Amino acid sequence: MSYQPSPLRLQREEARRLASRRSTWLALSSTVVVGIVLIFVVTGASGFDRVRETFFSAHYAWKALPQVLSGLWLNLRVMLIAEIFVLIFGLLIALARTTKSPVLLPVRLLAAAYTDIFRGLPLLLVLLLVGLGIPGLQISWLPNSAVLLGTVSLVLTYSAYVAEVIRAGIEAVNPAQRMAARALGLTQSQTQRFVILPQALRKVTPPLLNDLVSLQKDSGLISVLGAIDAIRAAGIQTAQSFNFTPYLVAGALFVALTIPLTRFTDWLTRRQDRARQQQGQW
Amino acid sequence: MTSNILEIKNLRKSFGEDLVLQNLCLAIPEHSVKVLIGASGSGKSTLLRCVNLLEAIDDGEIFLDGEDISAFGVNPDTVRSSIGSVFQSFNLFPHLSVLENITLAPRHVHGKSKNEADAEAMELLSRFGLAEKAHQYPDLLSGGQQQRVAILRAVINRPKVLLLDEVTSALDPILIAEVLSLISELKTAGMTMMIATHEMGFARQVADELLFLHNGRICEVGDPTLLLESPKTPELQAFLAALRGAGRL
Repeated sequence: MSYQPSPLRLQREEARRLASRRSTWLALSSTVVVGIVLIFVVTGASGFDRVRETFFSAHYAWKALPQVLSGLWLNLRVMLIAEIFVLIFGLLIALARTTKSPVLLPVRLLAAAYTDIFRGLPLLLVLLLVGLGIPGLQISWLPNSAVLLGTVSLVLTYSAYVAEVIRAGIEAVNPAQRMAARALGLTQSQTQRFVILPQALRKVTPPLLNDLVSLQKDSGLISVLGAIDAIRAAGIQTAQSFNFTPYLVAGALFVALTIPLTRFTDWLTRRQDRARQQQGQW
Repeated sequence: MTSNILEIKNLRKSFGEDLVLQNLCLAIPEHSVKVLIGASGSGKSTLLRCVNLLEAIDDGEIFLDGEDISAFGVNPDTVRSSIGSVFQSFNLFPHLSVLENITLAPRHVHGKSKNEADAEAMELLSRFGLAEKAHQYPDLLSGGQQQRVAILRAVINRPKVLLLDEVTSALDPILIAEVLSLISELKTAGMTMMIATHEMGFARQVADELLFLHNGRICEVGDPTLLLESPKTPELQAFLAALRGAGRL
């Protein structure tokens, strides 16, 4: 005997179809209305033509592109290297803050002081202190390259953020997991390595990636030290022509650079939410 | 003394003002099974947690296979590696497969190679009908399967004594049965065990000796059938009456 959907089911499905069609229409029409209003307001503004010429000139964009791109290559290297060091230091600091051994109290205090200071200090200030202060000391064997010191500043600041994210993850792992591991005879550090950290890192991957996205865009700030990155390159072009389009080119390139990582973060978050939903834990 | 795998002398444990265990003495000979019964809060779990050194004791001594494990300077990791512990809430590691859960301690605590540990774990899993679950993650298993894996995770290290802390309390009756039959098989195989449970039928079936805990003391000890059918102390009589009233006996 084959299954015949009852009239009730057909009726329900029809109602659901109607409702979904209506919400599609609503979404579409509200988007169109907002778009039209925006175009009207912006293009209707009295200074629109001058703004378009100063910020959105295709001519200057094309002219600035090679220099900005070569600057961006510097940003790319800086962000990749900084990301690697940030993850390593962040993990070490987080572990230092979660140790319990009395011998390590000084380490714990230092790590706490470090995260407090560098989460509070504006990155710009760190860049100026490190980038101008260290060369100012005139210690001959210390490097004074703007790129290097800029990268160091980024690592200093972002390690503090990442350490806090990882620490939150470690503390979010159910204490019973630690107890079960210790009951098997695993040592403190084995427990951390095989049981706690893998779970902690899994929990905090989305916020961690979020910090990395933020680090990528902030790599543009090393331009204040004189490193010729994308923003600095755009600035040089702008100074020659008094046209601000190169900045917009740099901005667009930065966005393009971070979009893959932000999309990936979103995808990962959604996947984790779904998995959690299936397990019935909210 | 060495004929007893576990010997506890005058154990005392309190949490702040709250005295949980007092003057507690017991001895578990090799291959025997002691079952702890008693109301929630009577100190059963605390006693088990003291034995595997998850709680620091206030006073008294605990001997494991003749060695004073409550002595100052004993390495708790070494002690725990020869005691098996299973908890009410399974506590399997969710990021590891069943096989990895079971082989974690053999590989990293007992120094076995991956191949050796895997082979041993697979043998154990097949013996208890869990071989096809070896590569699954704990979340996909039923509660009864998870608890059986947790028991095997403890058993594979050949512990001198296995501590089971209300291992069926989080399970429904059908799943309870499969866990209990595994424990019965372990008894047959000669495993020395100390079990805290609320399952009186099971206690009677598996216990060599039943211990009734009340307010942190061993109130009555003896043969399970004798104890459950003709309790002497008013405390045990009241406890059994309450169980009977709740339909649990």
